[in-house]
Amino acid sequence: MTAAAPEPVTPAGPSGAGQPAASGPVLEVRDLQVQIQTRRGVVRAVDGVSLEVPRGGAVGLVGESGSGKSMTLRSILGVLPPEAKITSGQVLLDGTDLVPLPTSALNRIRGPKLAMIFQEPMSALNPVMRVGWQIAEGPQVHLGYNRSRSAERAVELMYRVGIPDPERRFKAYPHEFSGGMRQRVMIAIALSCEPEVILCDEPTTALDVTIQDQILRLLAQLCSESGVSLLFVTHDLPVVAQLCQELAVMYGGQIVERGPVADVFREPSHPYTLGLLRSAPDVEEVRSSLVPIPGSPPSLISPPSGCRFHPRCSFAEQDCSEIDPPLRLLSSGRATACLHYERCLESAQAEAAR
Amino acid sequence: MSALSPEDPVMTGNLAPSAADGPLLTATGLEVGFSVGGSIASRLRHEERILRAVDGVDLTIQHGEALALVGESGSGKSTLARALTGLEPLNAGQVALDGKVLGKRRSRADQRRVQMVFQDPYSSLNPRLTVAGMLHELLRVHQIVPRAQVDAYSRELIGLVGLTDDALPAYPRQFSGGQRQRVAIARALALKPDLLVADEPVSALDVSVQATILNLLQELRSSLGLTLLLISHNLAVVRHLCDRVAVMYLGRIIEVAPTGELYAAPRHPYTRGLLAAIPRMTPGTGEGAPAVTGDPPSPLRIPAGCRFRTRCPIAQERCAHEDPELTAPAGRPAHLAACHFPLDPPPGVRPGTAVRAVPAQSAAQDAKEEPSPSQS
Repeated sequence: MTAAAPEPVTPAGPSGAGQPAASGPVLEVRDLQVQIQTRRGVVRAVDGVSLEVPRGGAVGLVGESGSGKSMTLRSILGVLPPEAKITSGQVLLDGTDLVPLPTSALNRIRGPKLAMIFQEPMSALNPVMRVGWQIAEGPQVHLGYNRSRSAERAVELMYRVGIPDPERRFKAYPHEFSGGMRQRVMIAIALSCEPEVILCDEPTTALDVTIQDQILRLLAQLCSESGVSLLFVTHDLPVVAQLCQELAVMYGGQIVERGPVADVFREPSHPYTLGLLRSAPDVEEVRSSLVPIPGSPPSLISPPSGCRFHPRCSFAEQDCSEIDPPLRLLSSGRATACLHYERCLESAQAEAAR
Repeated sequence: MSALSPEDPVMTGNLAPSAADGPLLTATGLEVGFSVGGSIASRLRHEERILRAVDGVDLTIQHGEALALVGESGSGKSTLARALTGLEPLNAGQVALDGKVLGKRRSRADQRRVQMVFQDPYSSLNPRLTVAGMLHELLRVHQIVPRAQVDAYSRELIGLVGLTDDALPAYPRQFSGGQRQRVAIARALALKPDLLVADEPVSALDVSVQATILNLLQELRSSLGLTLLLISHNLAVVRHLCDRVAVMYLGRIIEVAPTGELYAAPRHPYTRGLLAAIPRMTPGTGEGAPAVTGDPPSPLRIPAGCRFRTRCPIAQERCAHEDPELTAPAGRPAHLAACHFPLDPPPGVRPGTAVRAVPAQSAAQDAKEEPSPSQS
């Protein structure tokens, strides 16, 4: 879809926040397709997703349940459920395509290069293994540390992620930790082999707001300290605002909008993004009423023709049901998959002016 | 959609706020505890460990107001809601509706007056009953309308929550999450309750669907004059929908205030931290120190003195000994906080004049919903 480097369209929107000069993205997904076989037919869970994670940057991948955001993340790490298959596309980590690699080769990459933080730490951690040894496992396997050195490393990591009294807590089991502390353990495991990219699958969704705040700030601090890149999947737009510089919005298995977070929030160039922004109550500003997105998400077995959002879109025209809109590049690092994005921009600007 | 106005013959009666002057609901000294853990030996010796989920709560709800109960998980907000609804037995304290104290076992008529909408619409609806089936059962048992009108009334209810008549013969599995929550709301409204208790009604739903349910609740409030107790951890949702907010921490209410005032000038350090911890839409605000440090203590080991002192940035010697009471400052009788060293309003905010949270409705509506200062 976008792999063919589309040409920039009209210069629209303000000049974006200056991108730090980097020697190419550390992680690049090109035209990824993931299909799931079900009794009712083939579900095209991810349908032509392309995205880039810049070195040292944090990219948010936002969408509602069923939009394919978690599937995208799982395909990158190669941990799809057995019934799901990558049917085409590439996942390039430092230029190496991970998709055709056998599990043995992937195992050498998972940990030292790619790590993941899951939503539910209690189901991701081993309940019968002391947390210290769970953190120490990575350095033992991947960095060749011996037992005592890896244990030292684990204590150091526990200290770094803010677990109080790490020497004593080393011997604790996951059930002895609170939800926030478990998530800190997950972060320590992810960091244990100094990966280049950490994939985060809604790591704060199960946490209380004060704990979420602590974890987000910890992640932001660790990123700026160690230069690790983040691909952060969430349904929560403000969380993306806090942590990420770039944002990609998914709908019906496709990316419908991409760009710097501040620009996208100020002037969304896809009606779905605009709808998401209008439908959520904001804690700082009380609006007279929320504007829900009418209708329901598309079926991924038989998606609507043309633009997948057109049955729910207030800007939809005749051509929206006929043309499958490509993700077009706009100015300043933005991209949209809307045929009539100018109208969406106008509407957002008119609202901002009010 | 058969929108029901208060004049509608079917819906008049209990749904319209009664003319009584006093508060609709008054709870005093509520305590709810659960016996947990402990070895068999200790249980045999009657050394039970009690988890005090609600630990001395006083609360009033005025006719027609929307009160929010916010707090983190484990703060006891859901238990309090269940206790007010009569789903959880009280260890101490009492609940009164319109001045009438409710007994340990509520009569069917009293049960009818407080109805609840639960968080998860996937597990709170009977999968083997059609929508019509569950409504008819309720209406028969409580004899809300004469038998001949049950069908018509069901259709009216389902229209009230924005569904069509096709929904009546359908089973819950045929609905999406948002539609199920509408059915749950219709079921609660079927009994013409005086108070609707909604426990995290939108947190299981996607953002775009959340808005439809929030708008529905707001519509029902203005069209039916519904009194609402909303339990939520989402402070943005609360700000959008409610007149007054009560903040809970470890089984106690630590601050109550009109919504606008609470958000503009919180008095309790926990409330300030809670508000500061909410992610903002402004990009790049993720740096710096967290708003509240540490984890909440276990409700099995509630700290002596002020319960928040273990995480409080301004705790002092006195906080460890004296349990602060809910008090209001001079000139702001509606703004109660349980703190020995309450915070001053930030510069530029004039206390007591904070903007209303709920968008202005009709003047009559406003007068009716004016939160009353009376509290415990």
